[in-house]
Amino acid sequence: MTNTPLTNTGFYSESPRSGVLGWLLSTDHKRIGMMYLGCITTMFIVAATIGLAIRLQLFAPGQHIMSAQTYNASFTVHGIIMIFLFIIPSIPAAFGNLLLPIQIGARDVSFPKLNLLSWYLYISGAILAVLAIFSGTGAPDTGWTFYVPFSTQTSTNVSLAALAAFMLGFSSILTGINFVTTIHRLRAEGMGWGRLPLFVWTLYATAWIQVLATPMLGITLVLVILERFFGAGLFDVASGGDPILFQHLFWIYSHPAVYIMILPAMGVISEIIPTFSRKPIFGYWAMAISSLAIAFAGSLVWAHHMYASGMSDFAILVFSLLTFIVAIPSAIKIFNWVSTLYKGSIQLGPPMLYALAFILQFAIGGLGGLALGAAAADIHLHDTTFVVGHFHYTMFGGTGFAFFGALHYWLPKFTGRMYNHKIAFIAWGLLFVGFNVTYMAMQAVGIQGMPRRYYDYLPEFQTLNMVATLGSWVLAAGLIMMFANLLKGMLNGKPVGMNPWGGATLEWQVPSPPPMLNFGKEDPVVTRGPYDFKGVKADEF
Amino acid sequence: MSEETHEPVPYRTFIMIWVALIILTGITVGVAQFDFGAVNIWIALSVASFKSALVLFVFMHLRQESMLFKIGLLAMLVILVIFIGFTFTDVLYREVLP
Amino acid sequence: MSFEHRDDTGDRFGMWLFLYTEVILFSGLFILYAIALITYPQEYITASNKLNVWFGAANTAVLLTSSLTIALAITAIQRNQIRLCINLCVATIGLAVVFLINKYFEWSYEINLGIYPASETLREMGPGVTSFFNLYYFTAGLHGLHVLIGATLIGVVAVMIARGKVTSERYVLLENSALYWHLVDLVWIFLFPLYYLII
Repeated sequence: MTNTPLTNTGFYSESPRSGVLGWLLSTDHKRIGMMYLGCITTMFIVAATIGLAIRLQLFAPGQHIMSAQTYNASFTVHGIIMIFLFIIPSIPAAFGNLLLPIQIGARDVSFPKLNLLSWYLYISGAILAVLAIFSGTGAPDTGWTFYVPFSTQTSTNVSLAALAAFMLGFSSILTGINFVTTIHRLRAEGMGWGRLPLFVWTLYATAWIQVLATPMLGITLVLVILERFFGAGLFDVASGGDPILFQHLFWIYSHPAVYIMILPAMGVISEIIPTFSRKPIFGYWAMAISSLAIAFAGSLVWAHHMYASGMSDFAILVFSLLTFIVAIPSAIKIFNWVSTLYKGSIQLGPPMLYALAFILQFAIGGLGGLALGAAAADIHLHDTTFVVGHFHYTMFGGTGFAFFGALHYWLPKFTGRMYNHKIAFIAWGLLFVGFNVTYMAMQAVGIQGMPRRYYDYLPEFQTLNMVATLGSWVLAAGLIMMFANLLKGMLNGKPVGMNPWGGATLEWQVPSPPPMLNFGKEDPVVTRGPYDFKGVKADEF
Repeated sequence: MSEETHEPVPYRTFIMIWVALIILTGITVGVAQFDFGAVNIWIALSVASFKSALVLFVFMHLRQESMLFKIGLLAMLVILVIFIGFTFTDVLYREVLP
Repeated sequence: MSFEHRDDTGDRFGMWLFLYTEVILFSGLFILYAIALITYPQEYITASNKLNVWFGAANTAVLLTSSLTIALAITAIQRNQIRLCINLCVATIGLAVVFLINKYFEWSYEINLGIYPASETLREMGPGVTSFFNLYYFTAGLHGLHVLIGATLIGVVAVMIARGKVTSERYVLLENSALYWHLVDLVWIFLFPLYYLII
């Protein structure tokens, strides 16, 4: 295999238009996916840097590198960027776009032009978010949750930030519409529902949540903007409103949103584990149906974020009970991944390391979620750093690590080159140790009573905060090493063939990187299941 | 992909549905002249729902579309009922109404 | 080379999914309405009486008729009756304009009485009436925006029909514009009784 520059191969070279316009006006799902990937990774690095600054401020009690106002703005912006510009789009928009059509044997998505529009909406949201941070009356300081009445009264750039989130929500909705339609309408001959890769099942379940839940965020943000502009308070008691209703409308989206975040991540794990165990997934249909079950059950539980808000005791009971139910399909997935490993021929490649870390870290985060879902325990834990630790375990230790695993698994397919495995191992080690030290310490100090969103704290919390900050530096080192290694690999790593990992899904049967229109002249006809490894061998590289 | 074309719906059908919709609107306004207490709003919502069904199934051709379209509608309605209904588990049971 | 494919059923299905997002969008406002209604039952009756039932009923009839005309337009294009189809599209747009003009007169009247979001007059009428009118203006306003968007869509498609870009062989654009228009009608079917007919 010759060492051809990336720009001369596959979908990088074949295009109706050349140069930058060939990318900015492309409706090809692979080009759009790569554009998302670049922007999303950039946003992650920006938000992670803010996170490191926050941990630096919390190294010891007292004011250090930032004022209280800056601290409020920091955790707000960190949350907004991480949630709306990184985690929600990360796996569906980037990897979903890259892989969905290929994995179902299609040439592209149902609505390629709408797909490009989704990307432009994402970019407009990113630009508005940057404007919200650096212009006018200053970065929003409300927390990413924009609770009223503070968000309708504070003088900071809440309206701009809300508008940014609105555009990002619209982007998400259009992607959801595209993916649901594509999966129903464009499967290749022989690609029945029972042969779909589990990643596709999770993208399907996620897309339905994107379609049905995101509009509620849309209207909520619009109402906050309208209240700021017209002074007409829909959530203002003096005007006949109720601030708790804001929380209902907000969480009706934002809880299902966390399932938008975790379901595709689970799909990634369901792809990696069988390939690196050389064994079909244990319980294919349980995995497929549990994805749909998580999507549905996750839409029933939003008010578990509101136990301490002043809502009725009856609602607290109802939502607490329902919250426990969501744990069941999630646990089924954990059991089935572990059962897949059992008696498998385990290959400890870099993607597998991230998948294994995911299982441990998501389990910890999920169990913490049960503690929070129990209303009595939550009264003590609400708004402590235990909550912050919990959601970082699921969103970072879960989705984040799955995103890193996806990078290590699929970047070779879409760039045709392999990164250095030894460095990948070391980076993973730093990430694993740094992550768990940081967030386990954070959960511990939260149980002891340290509140979240405070820029200062009592002296008794100092040791664990110091430990968490030190952990964050190890984490940062791991991130730098990982990204540098991947970048170097993409640009001039060793070329790979079609199937460096020995995967059985359709993307491993096309060249690396794939050509425009994915498959040759003939549409593919599917005769095997997605985890049928008989006769499938990994290429040497 | 070969396109299955639907038979055109006769003009007469649409016009008859329109007449029904106008009559139902008249009924809605008529019932609202009398005070049946709490029942009023449920009557109004029921009539509105029936009108919506006529628009959805005839005007919007849902009658002729495949099962997929109908399941999609059902999914959305279930989610809607959940969002509204579960919010009421809070609002209806506060010790003091907001 | 680019991806050329035609899938009318898929196009319509995607449009239905988009309509569902619009329903959920409006549902947020209806949830707030429902809660305020049970919180301020008397005040909502008082407030509803300040709206003019005849404007509301007339607008309901206008929108229902416009739904009829756009539905007829689909049959027209399926039967290759192009002139009739375009006329029906124009009629739909005309009815949309009538709706918006009615709204203009209706709202001018209310605003002249001092009833508009965050007005002093409203505040003096108490939180219940204030809530009713804030929600009324936002919901009807958002609906009016959708009337504008829908009418524009139909206008664009009517031009495309006249130019032969939308034909009896390929008319999914007209179908999807009609679907959007019917949604605009559906929202009003619920808005009308809930705001104009509370007794």
